[in-house]
Amino acid sequence: MSLPKLLRALVYIAAGLTFFSVAFIILYILVQGIPHLTPSLFALEYTTENVSLFPAIVNTIIIVLLTLVIAVPAGIFAAIYLVEYAKKGNRLVAMIRLTTETLAGIPSIVYGLFGLLFFVTKLQWGFSLLSGAFTLAIIILPLIIRTTEEALESVPDGWREASFGLGAGKLRTIFRIVLPAAIPGVLAGVILAIGRIVGETAALIYTAGTVARLPKSLFSSGRTLAIHMFALSSEGFYIDQAYATAVVLVIIVLGINFLSGFIARKLTKGQVR
Amino acid sequence: MKQKFQEKLMQYVFFISAIASIFAVLLICLFLFMNGLPAIFKIGPLDFLLGQNWAPNDVPPSFGILPMILGSIYVTLGTLIVGVPIGILTALFLAFFCPEKLYKILQPLIQLLAGIPSVVYGFFGLVVLVPLMRTFFPGNGNHILSASVLLGIMILPTIITISEAALRAVPKSYYEGALALGATHEESIFFLVLPAAKSGVFASIVLAIGRAIGETMAVIMVAGNQARMPNGIFRGVRTMTANIVIEMGYAADLHREALIATGAVLFIFILIINLVFGIIKRKELKA
Repeated sequence: MSLPKLLRALVYIAAGLTFFSVAFIILYILVQGIPHLTPSLFALEYTTENVSLFPAIVNTIIIVLLTLVIAVPAGIFAAIYLVEYAKKGNRLVAMIRLTTETLAGIPSIVYGLFGLLFFVTKLQWGFSLLSGAFTLAIIILPLIIRTTEEALESVPDGWREASFGLGAGKLRTIFRIVLPAAIPGVLAGVILAIGRIVGETAALIYTAGTVARLPKSLFSSGRTLAIHMFALSSEGFYIDQAYATAVVLVIIVLGINFLSGFIARKLTKGQVR
Repeated sequence: MKQKFQEKLMQYVFFISAIASIFAVLLICLFLFMNGLPAIFKIGPLDFLLGQNWAPNDVPPSFGILPMILGSIYVTLGTLIVGVPIGILTALFLAFFCPEKLYKILQPLIQLLAGIPSVVYGFFGLVVLVPLMRTFFPGNGNHILSASVLLGIMILPTIITISEAALRAVPKSYYEGALALGATHEESIFFLVLPAAKSGVFASIVLAIGRAIGETMAVIMVAGNQARMPNGIFRGVRTMTANIVIEMGYAADLHREALIATGAVLFIFILIINLVFGIIKRKELKA
């Protein structure tokens, strides 16, 4: 076989392996799991008999909302500062960029440890939804900042100048003109962040804890779906239910990918250049 | 007057939000090192980092994390051996061999691979990969090889998306020039375009190292987690991340501090990887 043919064969084999793995993982989980999605799995009350997903779903929704409430405004404001106020080449801006990149590279378990030391122990919030949400807020902050920055930068400068020309102040220009135009980009970032929160395990085990019941307040511990799934599969007695939980998680991920893709397509179509 | 005040106030609000990341990094460093360093000095830095025995429940206990450091390094190396060649070749496929219609289907699949939670990967490893390994290789299936294959799949999206972007950024004239000189499609891509994109490809590998060394849940479910010196790819191994998650639940006193110190060591590894990534990226921007 000649060299070019060999190279091409290698490329096709590798691509085949990659896409086979994706398809196999997704289909395997769906095929094995869907038959186990029984009604008792969604019972209101968790017992060791039904190992219901319902409390975990509620906890997941609470944690997602709480995390977004904390991180999204902070992230958007940070991006506004970086794009609209900061002077290019400023040393502080370089520092902010560096630390944001650093945050993006820190593994979840290190965040989990930090959350345990700071929110759970130092602030004495205990294992709680609140501790978990604050830990996750730091995790998704870099993602929100970066996507918002990109969205703000793609708003044409002419819009800002026109707004200033009509007598609007800087703040008004940002909130009435720039931010609304950047909303789809921001939204795509938020959706990605939701995906990250839903899939997070290592950062939550020692912050939000693993209690499988409905929370009484934000200070009670509660397991999210991902932690529920980890608990089920490591206990070893509930493999069928773990399959079913995996299906729910995969479907959420599929939905999130579809949504963010949909918004991205809208974004490129509606672009004003 | 009121408007001016509002403008100033909001500027401060934006500014404070922007420095939140600096604040967060400082806080994380502070708490990790403040809680971890005392244990390292109590145990002795050399005994901690190079000690080959992790036995927190023995009397007297020993806290050597060398097995876990090596465990993390071996699993990461194995992950790279599995994931990097396949990832780069797939990136080449997507950039230069893939028909446009197929690309529209395959590209979202890569995004999907990136979105699957690590606990689902871990579960998949547990129910599919481990039994498979048990059938075809020596050992009980929970070992370095299983972890490497599973993590190898998990780092594929990182390698593929960043490498593909780097490959597409190479000027078309390079490729066309090689064709004009008589090279084939494959030769021009492998010997001209790929070397030209090497810093981007390298950056993707560094990022993948960070992901592999920090991965926790998926590794725990397939690596066996025995806290002993690694001896062979068909034997169980425990990574630094696994050490923390497995024992943090019941650890107390010095044991607990030693686990936090393990986290601090892991954090230093990650900081070094981030630094290397930053240097590569800056080089790329200059070029």
